[in-house]
Order: sequence, then C-alpha cells, then structure tokens
Amino acid sequence: MGFREVGLSESEYKRITELLGREPNALELELVGVMWSEHCSYKSTRPLLRTYPSKGRYVLQGQGENAGVVDMGEGWGFAFKVESHNHPSAVAPFQGAATGVGGIIRDIIAMGARPSVSMDGLFFGDANLCKTRNLAKGIVEGIGAYGNAVGVPVVGGKTFYSPAYNDNPLVNAFSAGFVRLDKMASSQTAKPGDCAVLLGSKTGRDGIAGASFASRELDEDARASKPQIQIGDPFEEKLLIECCLELLDKNMIASMQDMGAAGILSSSSEIAHKSGCGIDIFVEKIPLREADMLSWEIFLSESQERMLLIVEKEKLAPVFATAKHYGLDCAAVGEMTEGKRYRVYRNGALEADLPTSILGSAPELSWPAEEPKDMPERRAIDLSTLASEDPAKELTTMLSCPNGRRKDAIWEQYDSMVQLHTIAGPGEPAAVVEVPKTRRACVLTMEAEPYKCWTDPYCGAAETMTLALRGLWLTGADTLGMTNCLNFASPEQPDKFYELKECVRGLADSCRALDCPVVSGNVSLYNETASGRIYPTPLIVAAGLVIDREKITRSGRTKDGDYIYTVGKIEGSLSSSRYQSRKSGKPLGKTVEPDFEAEKNFRERAIKTARAQAADSGRVIAGGGLATALANEAIASGIGMEITLAPEKSVESLLFSEGGARAIYAVAPEKAAEFERIWQGFPLTKAGRAGGRGFAWKDILNVPLSELEKAFSGEE
Amino acid sequence: MRTAVVVFPGSNCDRDVRRAVSETLKTPVDMVWHEEREFASEPDLVILPGGFSYGDYLRSGAMAAHSPIIGAVRRHAAAGRRLLGICNGFQVLTESGLLPGALLANTSTTFICRKCWLRVEQTENRFTSGLKKGGIVQYPIAHHEGLYFLPPKELRQLEDDGRVVFRYADPVSGEAGERFAPNGALNGIAGICNEEGNVLGLMPHPERSTVAHLNGGSDGGAFWLSIARDFAERGA
Repeated sequence: MGFREVGLSESEYKRITELLGREPNALELELVGVMWSEHCSYKSTRPLLRTYPSKGRYVLQGQGENAGVVDMGEGWGFAFKVESHNHPSAVAPFQGAATGVGGIIRDIIAMGARPSVSMDGLFFGDANLCKTRNLAKGIVEGIGAYGNAVGVPVVGGKTFYSPAYNDNPLVNAFSAGFVRLDKMASSQTAKPGDCAVLLGSKTGRDGIAGASFASRELDEDARASKPQIQIGDPFEEKLLIECCLELLDKNMIASMQDMGAAGILSSSSEIAHKSGCGIDIFVEKIPLREADMLSWEIFLSESQERMLLIVEKEKLAPVFATAKHYGLDCAAVGEMTEGKRYRVYRNGALEADLPTSILGSAPELSWPAEEPKDMPERRAIDLSTLASEDPAKELTTMLSCPNGRRKDAIWEQYDSMVQLHTIAGPGEPAAVVEVPKTRRACVLTMEAEPYKCWTDPYCGAAETMTLALRGLWLTGADTLGMTNCLNFASPEQPDKFYELKECVRGLADSCRALDCPVVSGNVSLYNETASGRIYPTPLIVAAGLVIDREKITRSGRTKDGDYIYTVGKIEGSLSSSRYQSRKSGKPLGKTVEPDFEAEKNFRERAIKTARAQAADSGRVIAGGGLATALANEAIASGIGMEITLAPEKSVESLLFSEGGARAIYAVAPEKAAEFERIWQGFPLTKAGRAGGRGFAWKDILNVPLSELEKAFSGEE
Repeated sequence: MRTAVVVFPGSNCDRDVRRAVSETLKTPVDMVWHEEREFASEPDLVILPGGFSYGDYLRSGAMAAHSPIIGAVRRHAAAGRRLLGICNGFQVLTESGLLPGALLANTSTTFICRKCWLRVEQTENRFTSGLKKGGIVQYPIAHHEGLYFLPPKELRQLEDDGRVVFRYADPVSGEAGERFAPNGALNGIAGICNEEGNVLGLMPHPERSTVAHLNGGSDGGAFWLSIARDFAERGA
C-alpha cells in the first residue's frame, strides 16, 4: 500500500519515516494516515483555532477534551459541544443524522456528564425541491428516532433553507450535560498498569475509514460510499449512558474517551498521548461482529455505541459486573504502559509499534488565502431594486417563507420535555434549562448567518457571534462560553480558505472583545460537490448562566397595554438580509460592521432589565428585521400592536433591515420609567403600544393578527 | 403511600415520574430494575414509565411484557393495588393483557411531542376520583405509537362499561373525541382503566405537567394528589 492511498502527501510520508527512523509497515501506515487526515488532525485549521480566546471566569475545561465544561455554580458543571455530521447525512440522511446525535452524546458522557439537552443546526437546500424534502424528512426522523429513544430533549435549534445546500445539506448536532464537579471525567488521567476496556457494541465493518471519507469532497455517486456510513442503535446508547454514569458515580473509571472518528485507534492513542503514557493493545481480545476482520479494519471501524474506559486492575471485576447488569459487552483489550509507545499485538505478534506522539502530531498545513475575485460582485447592491409596493405583503412573505415560518412540523417530532428540565424549548428564541436541584438556569442560543458570511466573511461571522450573545444577554444571562461548528468548502483553494480564515477572525475578535471563551468545536471542510459549494457557514451555540430562573426576560409575553420599545439603532442594513436575498434571488451587499462598544452597552442594560424584571417580554431583532421581530412577538403573545415609528432611510430598511445590537421590549406602563432609566445612554425609542387584534404600523401597513398567524403557520 | 417505578432497559421517563411523585406528594419512591422478580417494598402504587423499553424492538412494549418483573406486576394488580402505565407503560399494559386493546402508529406516521388537552371522562377509579368529571386537563404527549385501537364490538363494550378515563379534547369548547386526537386514537381515547379501576393506562404524560415552571404546564400535580387522596380515603 502506498502513502497516497491512505491520504498522505509525499512530504507527510517523509516526515513519518523521519519520526520513526524507518519505513512504516502497512498497518502503521494506515493508522498514521487516518490520524493525520483532516478530520482527525485539524491540520488545516489548528493554526486558526489557536487564535480563539480559551480562558474565562467560568471555564473549567477548554478545548482539547471531548467537550468543554463551564462552572454553573453550586457544584454543577455544564459540558457542551457541537459537531457536524454533514457527509454521512448527505449520503444516508436517517442514519447519518441519527449517528450524529449518538456521537455528540457520547462526547458528553465522556466528560462524566448525563446528556441533558440537544439542539440541531440543519441547513437544507431549496425547500421546494423533492430532493430537499426527502433529505429533510430522513434527517429529521433520524434525529428524532435516536434522541427520543435515548431520552435527551431537543430544546432548540436552527433550520435554514438555501439552494446552496441542495446537494450538501449540513447537520450540526449539539449536545450538553450537567455533571457534578467531583464526578467529572477526563481523557488525560490514565496511568501505566491500568487496563483499557471496551464497553458497548462489538466492533464491525461499519463505518470503516469514515474519517477519511469526511476529508474529501462528496463523490457524484455517493452511494458507493455506503459502507462508510455507520448504523446507530439508541437502545445500546441509552444503556451505555446509564452504565457509564453508574461506574463514574462509584469511582470505577480512571479515564475515558468516546469512540468517534477512527474508532479504537483515535480513542486509545489520544488517551495514551494526553495521559503521557503508552498503550499495548491485544487485537484478539476485541469483541468482533465478524471474525475475519483485518487489524486495520478493527482499528478504523466506526461502529457506534462504544466507549473506551481506563480502569485500574483491581476494579475490573466490578466494572464487568456493572456492564453485565446493563447487558453490555465489555472486554479488557489492552494495558497502559510506561513507554510512550503505541503497540498493537495480534496473537502474540507485534503488528505495529509507533511513538504515541506521532499519531497526534500531523504537520500543520498553512494554505494560502486570497480574497475571492468575485467579492466586489457579492458586495454590489442596488438598493432601488428592493423597494416595496406592498409592505403588508412583504411582511407576510417574511413570516411564511421557509426560513421565516414556524418550524413546529420539525420540532414536534422531537421530544422536547423528557428529563423534566426544559423551561423554554423549541420555538422560543433562546432555550432555557433548569440546572438540577437549583434555582439556576442555563440559557442556550444557536445562530448562523450564511448570507452575511458569503458577502463579508469577517463581518458576517462577527454578526453571527454577537447575535448569539445578544440572545443570551436579553434573557438576563451571563456569558459562559461558546462552541462552534465551522462548515466550509475546500481549504485547498485560496479563495475558499480566505472565507474560513476571515470567518474565524471575525469570531475570535468578537469573542475576545465580549469575554466569550471558546470551549469546544468542530470543523467540517470539503462541503462541496461537482455542482456547487455551500456558503461559509460557521454555526455558533452560546451558553449563558442565570442565577435565578424567575428573573429571566422571556419572549411572547407581551400584555395588553404594554409600551413597545426598540433599543439600539432603528435601522440596520438590508445587505444580505432575508428580505434582500429573497427579493434579489441571492444575498448581495456587505452587512454592518461590528461595534463591540455598542454590544457591551447593550449587554449591561439587557441583563439589568432582566434582573429588575422591568419588561414583560423582549426579543432580539434578527432575520427579517424589526417588523418580523414585532410580528413574531405579536403572534407568540396573541396580541396586536400599533407601531408609530417613521422610516429614516426607507420603509424597507425600517421594516426589514438586519444587524447590530437591537432588540424590542414590551414594558408595562408603570415600569416604563424604570425601563427608560436602565437604558439611559443607549438609543431607545418608544415604538408603539400593544393591544387589539390587528398589527398596524402608522402610514405603512395594517394587517389582522390572524393573517400574520396564518402566514407564520405556512397556511398562506 | 409507597410508590415503585419499574425501570426497563430503555425506559427514559422513570426519573421524571420519580421527581413528579416525590416533589408533589413527599412520599417515598423506589426504583425497581426489570430483572427483579418481587417488589421488595410492598408498594401501594406501581408505575410503568414512558420510554423505549428494550428499544421497542418487535413492537412497543412487547418485550417488556415478558420481563422478569411482570409476574410481580400482575400479582400487584390482581391484589387490587394501583398500577399505572404511562405512554410506553400503557403499551406494556396492553401487550401484557392487563388492559385491552393496542397502541398503533400515529396516523401522521411521525413521532409527536406537544401539549395536549384531555377531558376527564370517569372518576370512579382509584386514580382520578379527585378530579372533576368533564373537566379539561393538559398533559403533554410524546409518542410514535399512540393510536388506541380495539375491534368495534369490544370498543362498544369498553365505552358501555365506562372504562374510558381520558379522551382527547378541545380546550376551548370542551368537546372530546377522535377529531381532537393528535394520533388518530379511536373515539379519541387517551386513557382507560380495567373493570376494577385499579389499573390505568394513558398515553399523555401527567409527570410532564407537574413542575409548574417547566414547559409542560401545571395540570399534572392534581393527578398525583388525586391518587394520594384516594389512597388516604380507601387505602391500598
């Protein structure tokens, strides 16, 4: 076998022979080839990811573990991470999405946490295409089938439709869990003499070399890739969760790691490398589904529902007993050693002998970056083409278009209430979850702004990040940190790498300016097919902490007679907005520049507003602009509004422009003075009043609330 | 009143039920693993919780109906003590023949999780005697197989015997029936009891509307209080 067949370049192969001091044998070459793949090594993005701020007052565990962990107080940690499962979901939507959910849940278990909540970022093609409907149906059913059975509630998410995802849908699965701080697990605490134990499913031929599959563009005939797709079994996963948590509770586990990409190889080599020891693995001890599997197949298999536990020898017996109680397969397959060698034995013969460091030290790649030549065209926008003759009609279109309408057809297929801790679930702008046995709450927001990242990667990514944070602050939450999934095209072309680099710069600058550490994440490259490529799609999940769940500003709670306020600039930018993109057929124009001072001022006042409970209801202005935010609020509250704001630039800009620190609030008249005092020093405008059954905007539009509700429900 | 919650492999509402009962009633709740053959604690109320027992392989609830603990569950019911099956637990009760009928796939062929309104049809049993007959309660649903089915003759008998305890309803008009069933359940049946009134099965989850500050509503608390009051008045 040659180095090219395992995906290595000539210079990488040369580096391996230098590090080894000899030529690798065939198995060794396979092992290094996979560990040095983009999917496992992040070799193209590591230099970029280093620019993220990683420290913060709440961070207990940053990047480098299976998931980040932040401190929720009162002895609770919160482990969270988002991960892509794009390529598998494009080929086998149901199984691809299901195993995406299963995989991210195991990352959370590996931190010792009980998987407590999930969210999903879904990017589908043109909503009118049969192909999109089929893919979406399979993906949603796959997420539901797995998550519902495992019993982890889906508390929110994001669904975005655009033809850019026709052939390359994105599935970004987020999971999080609460963990007692004294029960946190780690992949860095194995000691020489400890046993390596495989718990869960037997190892089969499914998903072999999925890691290198994900490091290429999708083939035209992706069906040929089917053997690389894994099959999920949520029943096994549920038992795995309960078994691991019981073992951790009894202090039976020294160290643990989930098995994701590159299965046994990556989990065992990472745990040895991070713990500063070596490992001997005895292949014949690994429980197999098919007896005739070759060593490389066994090491690269991505069979689902497996965990690698590191167990002290004297604790093996109780570990086996617990596994038996749950009906799980369990086998001691190796031993941690003093020397820092990764050694594979099969029936006594030494089949591979590598320094553990080699597997985790793929040389970094620095791809050249160059601004795309068509950037001036992406940014060219003729505002006169955006004029609206019928603002009422435009508003109902904003509410009824695939990206604007209510997504209950999707989220009602997910269990959003199991585990009894969802305070605000799907359909609300921010998810709110009870911290176990406390009055505290965790707030989560998920955002992506593909249009804006396409026309201006830096500002688009900054707007994505700040939008996610504004959603937290509005509820009254303090920023805990964020996790991100970077979905991009090939890094090998300078114009595409430029988008990635600029997006990461936008995220890093925003996070640094606004005290939001990056605690975990995932990169998915090569999201393109022969027919096209996706928009640059960084997806963010931001997490926040509320000390008292009774002091949260919620949405959809506007009351009759409330004053309606807008905070922040009245108008943002129509460029690359939902309105503009629909009107022009594609996103055009550069979005707003980030203004971190304004964001900080917004943060301070939004949190104060919540703590003082000065507003009945609030909502960040996001996709579809001010008019869409007001209409959504009116629909959710079941109450009409009379708005009197006059346009600055144009009616379209007033109604539909996006970007910047802006929100709407509904305030009871007796609280108005307090509210206005809190927002002193920040642009604040009284926009109107809530009441009645109509949605009226002085001199602009007047629509019955029932019409808006119909549009939002997709009945139009 | 002592409660036992049976935990099958794949159950996932077991801890939720424990929380709902213990927070509302402040009474002890034991978790009993499916491999047990007896209830060690002589419970007054046994609950088969929601979830996907044995991965719902074969049919929902079919394998759990043959689990080692089921013998003890049958004896508990035969002794006239309270046995409650929620969602997957209801499916286990029909699969084991402790309640008639079957739960088929929803007419939408999808999983449905949402708030759901029910009319209390019957208060002559050991669970709902403290609720208002004809009143509307909101307990959320979350299931893929919730279409209650029984052949026409038996269905008539079940109705004539007054064994329908909960029926899907419209919260505004108070009407109940099949057209309000999100899953296509015959006659809009959401929950039924046995002739003696000590075995109740329902698809909606009262435990999900018990903790008032959560997103499932707050009508469930009265259900647990009703059971406790019935126990206090009539004993086990």
